[in-house]
Amino acid sequence: MKKHRIFCIALTLVMSLAVLAGCGTSTQQSTAIKIGGIGPLTGGAATYGTSVANAAKLAVEEINALGGLQFELNFQDDEHDAEKSVNAYNTLKDWGMQVLCGTVTTTPGIAVSAEAYNDRIFTLTPSASSPKVVEGKDNIFQLCFTDPNQGIASAQYIADAVLGTKIAVIYNNADAYSTGIYEKFASEANDKNFAIVSVTTFTDDTATDFSVQLSEARNADADLVFLPIYYQPASLILTQADAMGYTPKFFGVDGMDGILTMENFNTDLAEGVMLLTPFAPDASDEKTVAFVQKYQERFGEIPNQFAADGYDVVYAIYEASKKAGIKGDMSAADICEKLIKVFTSSDFSVDGLTGENMTWSTSGEVSKAPKGMVIENGVYVGMQ
Amino acid sequence: MGFLSYLISGISLGSIYAIIALGYTMVYGIAKMLNFAHGDVIMVGAYMSFMATAYIGWSPLASVVLAMAVCTLLGIIIERLAYKPLRNATSLAVLITAIGVSYFLQNIALLIWSSNPKSFTSIISLDSLRLFDGQLIISSVTLVTIAACIVIVYGLTMIVRYSKIGKAMRAVSEDKEAAQLMGIDVNQTISVTFAIGSGLAAVAGVLLCSAYPLLMPTVGAMPGIKAFTAAVFGGIGSIPGAMLGGILLGVIEILGKAYISTELSDAIVFSVLIIVLLVRPTGLLGKKISEKV
Repeated sequence: MKKHRIFCIALTLVMSLAVLAGCGTSTQQSTAIKIGGIGPLTGGAATYGTSVANAAKLAVEEINALGGLQFELNFQDDEHDAEKSVNAYNTLKDWGMQVLCGTVTTTPGIAVSAEAYNDRIFTLTPSASSPKVVEGKDNIFQLCFTDPNQGIASAQYIADAVLGTKIAVIYNNADAYSTGIYEKFASEANDKNFAIVSVTTFTDDTATDFSVQLSEARNADADLVFLPIYYQPASLILTQADAMGYTPKFFGVDGMDGILTMENFNTDLAEGVMLLTPFAPDASDEKTVAFVQKYQERFGEIPNQFAADGYDVVYAIYEASKKAGIKGDMSAADICEKLIKVFTSSDFSVDGLTGENMTWSTSGEVSKAPKGMVIENGVYVGMQ
Repeated sequence: MGFLSYLISGISLGSIYAIIALGYTMVYGIAKMLNFAHGDVIMVGAYMSFMATAYIGWSPLASVVLAMAVCTLLGIIIERLAYKPLRNATSLAVLITAIGVSYFLQNIALLIWSSNPKSFTSIISLDSLRLFDGQLIISSVTLVTIAACIVIVYGLTMIVRYSKIGKAMRAVSEDKEAAQLMGIDVNQTISVTFAIGSGLAAVAGVLLCSAYPLLMPTVGAMPGIKAFTAAVFGGIGSIPGAMLGGILLGVIEILGKAYISTELSDAIVFSVLIIVLLVRPTGLLGKKISEKV
């Protein structure tokens, strides 16, 4: 019996030594800043997460090749599910994440940003666009427009370009992103030169048959249908409108991005669809051309707006880290305070793919100008 | 005209629910188990048809035959591997296994076809029917779906009523042990039931994706649940009941959306279900079963 106990103590000692040894080596090696990423890599919203993850990887490789500040990226899947997203966040925290690039989608973003706020981990989300993600959390920042901004910008765009006078809206009332844009759009529409004549909704569970919603829009004589929704249901709406012989203008927001890359989709149906998005892969500026070429070589597809967002997030963190003098051996909380200071300072701005001169307010929202795009011959073309 | 066009949309959606519900109701009626993986067999059927037409360039009809063959085989394999060993287990164990199979199929589909949605090309390329100077447009998919539903229900009723295997099915459904004593191969009968149900699932999947051309690994999940509701609504175990339940469910869903609220469409559908079950606990056409003590 006694022998047994001694053996146990010895074993415990050996094991704790092993743990200590592990600690020693890991702190010595990690001079790179550990960036965690969270987004859907599988599931219905996987296009977004994969695009962000790919582009972030590309940006990290470019930055590391410069030789200065080093980054290490670990991207986790959340399947666009809030609970799984928090699990992914905890996995990253155990890994030693110092800065978070995420989440990609809004509903998980609301859950994860609350955790990151409590843990004081600096967060810059590429595309979670609800104000609820950043509201009241000083260390959470957005690279994309907030939903209200998209709603306001869409209303302004439609009014300024006189795209339609009678507007129908079809939105997903089970989705924070879609509802948020619709609400701002509706309140902004009050003093504009158009009227909202039909508002109908669907949920993720009823996103198959849109005949009722489209009939209502047609019966109300709507000449433009505003779709603040993702592209999967939008593809069904376009197909069913075509089958009904209803041909209004369609106007989407950034969730519409992706419709052209959907496998086997008849892009003729999307002809003339307009959308607001901060990034167009066919733009001719040097930065965009270089990025599109690199991305295409590496991943075999044309990057969408989410890819550009992911790329910009990494570069924004890089610029801010250089400015703040961040090093890999600092604690996440220290890095957090330093980055907040830089991001909210008046002389910090980033020129990225998704906008020149991006600046951030203390509330965490970005300011940059949206661009109107229209689909012509199966590609995005800048409006005006 | 609006009402008529909504009604037709409802019957079309309902016919798809009905074809799916037939699979649930047959398996329940004969094997007394809820096959929750049925919705995912639909998804496999739709992917098979998609691959055959889009990648290999088969004709739509051949792709449907392929989808039916693959799904029939899949149904038999699922039954053999996952349900047969549990023939004498509690119904709760079988139910949980069915949910497991459902998730298994969804995740396998995610691995094979990835989560990126694909746009399904309708297998029916005929022109839409235009009535009343184009005020009422009925798509060819709608017509084919409704026709398919009627043909399938008629065919199944005939099989169950007059064929030898149909008699065996009814016997197994009445009393499994007694049927066995009379020399009926219970296991084979259940396998055949699964094969027929899964074959129908393939048809339902192709029609579903032809009408609503968005193909994802989760495409069968929600219609599966709605069709299960339809089967209960019509009286689970009853073939005409599944058809009636399916069509009513589709019509209620569309009319509820059109005349009450798009936000409440599912709430309306399920409220009707609750009311019907309160009044008729066995569903609209369900048999009243008196428990023997």
